Amino acid sequence: MKETALMMIGAALVNNVILARFLGLCSFMGVTTRIDTAAGMGMATTFVITVSAMADWAVQHYVLDAYGLGFLRTVTFILVIASAVQFTEMIIRKVSPTLFQMLGIYLPLITTNCAVLGVALLLVEGNMSLIGATLFAFASAAGYSLVMVIFAGLRERLVLAQVPRLFAGPPIAFIVAGLLAMAFMGFSGISTV
Amino acid sequence: MPSNYKTIIKDGLWDNNGVFSMLLGMCPTMAMTTSATNGFGMGLATAAVMAASSFLVAVFRKRITQEVRIPVYILIVAAMVTLVDLAMNAWMHELYKVLGLFIPLIVSNCLPLARLEAFAARSEALPSLADGLFMGLGFTIALTVIGGVREIIGSGTLFADASLLLGPAFRSMELRFLPADMGVLMMVLPPGGFFVTGYLVVAKRLLDLKAGKEIQMTGAHSVG
Repeated sequence: MKETALMMIGAALVNNVILARFLGLCSFMGVTTRIDTAAGMGMATTFVITVSAMADWAVQHYVLDAYGLGFLRTVTFILVIASAVQFTEMIIRKVSPTLFQMLGIYLPLITTNCAVLGVALLLVEGNMSLIGATLFAFASAAGYSLVMVIFAGLRERLVLAQVPRLFAGPPIAFIVAGLLAMAFMGFSGISTV
Repeated sequence: MPSNYKTIIKDGLWDNNGVFSMLLGMCPTMAMTTSATNGFGMGLATAAVMAASSFLVAVFRKRITQEVRIPVYILIVAAMVTLVDLAMNAWMHELYKVLGLFIPLIVSNCLPLARLEAFAARSEALPSLADGLFMGLGFTIALTVIGGVREIIGSGTLFADASLLLGPAFRSMELRFLPADMGVLMMVLPPGGFFVTGYLVVAKRLLDLKAGKEIQMTGAHSVG
């Protein structure tokens, strides 16, 4: 129990998907201009990461390992993820049309969010059980959403700040992200997973 | 069309540089630039995938229907990545171990996909090959520069372990600027990646401004 909790904290905060592992940076820079969009994107991505992690785990163990097809991993995983994204899109359209409108074109693009594929590859390489893999994926995704929302909050303030013209836009966002990464380094030492 | 190729080369290497102008492919840009050698290797792997998949998409562009084009592009890129993955595992095993996770992740790098959509889907095969190749080389240059800056400040070396990772012929590239343990560790850790990339984007804007060009204020508008 204690180990599971430590593993989840490690995945969410210490080895944060965005700030320590550098996965999903495009969405981190692209959809964090407003807090509500960032939160919606975080929730949708959390769902996709968790579902596709379970599906990828099953595919790895019952198809790829069973028939010795390890070299097809990249191709099959990206197909599984694309289907998971399509599935999420259908659910969101049904459950919350407002959120669907808000996320708009970003939804299909979750397929090429490297956080999804990255987490799936990490847990396959980590040799986890199905439950461990699901919890690991969920915790990583929660860490991803947390950082998305924090960064969106920072950027909403940044719009009001007077930034030198050369730094306007992406460069100042990178520097703020660097400071955020420094803050998150304070978590290292909590857990070693 | 010599002038056309000239624009492709100039766009890929500098004007529309994938990292510094379009801000695409940020994940490997940050993660694999702890040293110049890693950045160089990562960049070349990506360039190979981009050249091959741009060529293939341009060849088959008339047969790929509009509705299913994105899945088809992703599958083509994934197949190319699998080839590069297996080839590097066989012949460049040391480098393969260092790059690890980020080789399969070239699939979800937005730079190859962006070029397929913006260029290869509506061009002839050879210009597409050139576009993929030079966009990839521009990416390689950007990663090597970011890696070099981080490595010089962070650990005081440049192209360390190049002979181990790329082959014995690269031994002469290994340089040391600061005595061991004098580097600023922060630059090799994750925050350094963000800082160096941010300042280098500013540096490119400054150079463009000096050259009398309009500076690009956009970027980071795509997700992936």
